[in-house]
Amino acid sequence: MPKEQLDGAQALIKTLDELGIEYIFGYSGGAALPIFDALETVKSNIKFVLTRHEQGATHMADGYARATGKPAVVLVTSGPGAGNTITGIMTAQMDSVPMIVITGQQVTWMLGKDAFQEADIFGITIPVVKHNYLVRDTNDLPRIAREAHYIATTGRPGPVLIDVPKNVSQSPFAGELNAAIDLPGYQPDEAFDIDEESVEQAARLIAMSRRPVILAGHGAMIAGAEKELMHLATTLGCPVTNTLLGKGAFPETHALSLGMLGMHGTAYANKALCECDLILNVGSRFDDRIIGQADKFGANAKIIHIDIDPSEMNKMIRPDVQIVGDAKAALKLLSSHLKPLDTADWLAHLDGYKKKFPLSYKKQGGLRMQQVLDELFDLTKGKAIVTTDVGQHQMWAAQFYRSDASWNFISSGGAGTMGFGFPAAIGAQFARPKDIVVAVVGDGGFQMTLCELATAVVNKLPVIVLVLNNHYLGMVRQWQELFFDNRESGVDLDGNPDFAKLAEAYGATGLTLKRPADIRKRLEEALKARKKGPVVINAECIKTENVFPMIPAGAALESMLIEPPKHKMEKPVGST
Amino acid sequence: MSRTIATSDQKPKPRPGIVGGHTLSMHVNNQPGVLMRICQVFARRAYNIDSLVVSQGRDPRFSRLTLGISGDPAGLDQIIKQCAKLVDVIHCTEHTPADAVVRDMVLVKVRAEGGERRTEVLQIIEHFGGKTVDLTENSMIARIEGDSEKVDSAIRLLSNYEIIETVRTGKVVMARGEQPT
Ligand SMILES: Cc1ncc(C[n+]2csc(CCOP(=O)(O)OP(=O)(O)O)c2C)c(N)n1
Ligand SMILES: [Mg+2]
Repeated sequence: MPKEQLDGAQALIKTLDELGIEYIFGYSGGAALPIFDALETVKSNIKFVLTRHEQGATHMADGYARATGKPAVVLVTSGPGAGNTITGIMTAQMDSVPMIVITGQQVTWMLGKDAFQEADIFGITIPVVKHNYLVRDTNDLPRIAREAHYIATTGRPGPVLIDVPKNVSQSPFAGELNAAIDLPGYQPDEAFDIDEESVEQAARLIAMSRRPVILAGHGAMIAGAEKELMHLATTLGCPVTNTLLGKGAFPETHALSLGMLGMHGTAYANKALCECDLILNVGSRFDDRIIGQADKFGANAKIIHIDIDPSEMNKMIRPDVQIVGDAKAALKLLSSHLKPLDTADWLAHLDGYKKKFPLSYKKQGGLRMQQVLDELFDLTKGKAIVTTDVGQHQMWAAQFYRSDASWNFISSGGAGTMGFGFPAAIGAQFARPKDIVVAVVGDGGFQMTLCELATAVVNKLPVIVLVLNNHYLGMVRQWQELFFDNRESGVDLDGNPDFAKLAEAYGATGLTLKRPADIRKRLEEALKARKKGPVVINAECIKTENVFPMIPAGAALESMLIEPPKHKMEKPVGST
Repeated sequence: MSRTIATSDQKPKPRPGIVGGHTLSMHVNNQPGVLMRICQVFARRAYNIDSLVVSQGRDPRFSRLTLGISGDPAGLDQIIKQCAKLVDVIHCTEHTPADAVVRDMVLVKVRAEGGERRTEVLQIIEHFGGKTVDLTENSMIARIEGDSEKVDSAIRLLSNYEIIETVRTGKVVMARGEQPT
């Protein structure tokens, strides 16, 4: 019997299926027609989700990946369809999230001729992808799909884009479905070959420390180093602070946890960083949000940096010891050298800070985002998957929704992409249908991607959208209040719809929350109503509350404001 | 209508904090778009590419690149790592004249209409071990090859005569001894 004749698109879908891809989020269009057709003609386990905007598709794939560690695929058409994915690809790249983006493209002989819906998405996306391809030969499709998956998921993960001209996907396939990958310039296995000399050096520095701090980043989570991290911290008696993306790598409710550090981190985490004699960074890239003024960061401390990406070494901070490699492998090696440290005084000292400068808020005078999030934490026992958008609500969510497990707190850190939170929650809910997923979003950011309510409704997703509504682009307004004499410019969200009614119009449940006394009741209602599909809570919050602690951008950690300043502030030197 | 482009052999004025003279050698996949990726790494970090030589390797799947670059010296290590990180880059290393042979070549078109000046120009070319590769009544093209400093001096001396134009290959490097580049 002759082998069934596949076309390129069918070979592509078969390969994605073999790679274990579970979801494709996407939006159709002419240049992608053969691939969409293959979704119908090829028997596979892949489920396709039609979004309402291509940006939404990318954030859904992102949320899916951040809730599971596995990549999803984004499938869109050429030109504008591809263009709409840029923000989402950039967001994934900044936060090292695996993703495979497949774009339709004009036919090869029209490329470079300004043909209809032709966009050089290969060229456009070079700076925001881990790698990308423009496929010119149908027979290359399976190999390229395998390479894309391999590159996206190994080493430091990231997005990979595959641009597929329509004639390439449509032509008969005569290649090898199991074609081997061929990547001479990409050797992620080197990450497991760790220089033992530097590990021993690190161990010697650790042994001398009396005031150590472990800084846990996203890399610790990606490497699956949670157990090793716990072993490290408890063996040494060493406090642990975490980045925004590192939330959950070490349980934030643990006695040794200092919570999040950085611009809006806890006072005690930042103070610990200022006073420590050793910083052991496990998988964080020393982002400017956490180091403030680079030359003052850890000025009196020895610094050990564990990172899988050699180009992160010396980029922001010059460490005393560099350990290039997988965080889990590195910590395993390190563990054989560890002895308990005498940190009793240091821990007591930090406990003093915890008591003196706790995260707190007023309970009188209206509805505060902090209180809503605090009660959400209590009610869900910290077990919900929380995605956030970007702004004040995000920082309060990071502060008050403490994370005890990896993959449960999903937020756009590096890019700070408004519009991320809600579609990311949809992706996370697809990935983990049994978990409670709450999208904590601002009234500004929600409006950037709220069209995905339709996606959530048709798929009957039990996702809860908690709109923390201050009728402002609150975080920007906060900066204007603090640094620009309270001159409000371009921050008033006059014209917001009634989000509860809007939800109802989409066929979701809409709830309204106005008084602090109703928080628990409303959240319980939402948890019940989600069984029927998406729920939107419009929480009408105090309009002009500000997030503290705060370190002005580009300033040293020492200049942290624990409460509103009494004097006029200089404009910050760092960006946003 | 023809367009005249004024040319000169003056070096650009030094910019504070910027050093030139670094030479990188890369082994890369021989595919469309690879150069774009590499150039973006430099442009983003305010490095200038002073010279660039790309050619297919003995194994046609790969190309060899030699780049002369200038920029903030503190960022050089970063740049090398950022290039090495690209999936299409097999390896990227810096070379100095101490560890590598550096060669550069220039074609110089000089106006030389007979007589004494013509003889002088020919002498200079000969002094630098160059060759005339084109000769007309009014002009000649000289080919001069050597390390970059030698090529610079030849051009400087020839610019006492009327140089019509120069085309330079830019540096190529090869590691000394048995060491692969
Ligand atoms: C796409 C995008 N545009 C602009 C910004 C700049 N920005 C950061 S926070 C913020 C305000 C967000 O307002 P909202 O969503 O209402 O959240 P809030 O701060 O009020 O909680 C803005 C405009 C951004 N981060 N992303
Ligand atoms: Mg707002």
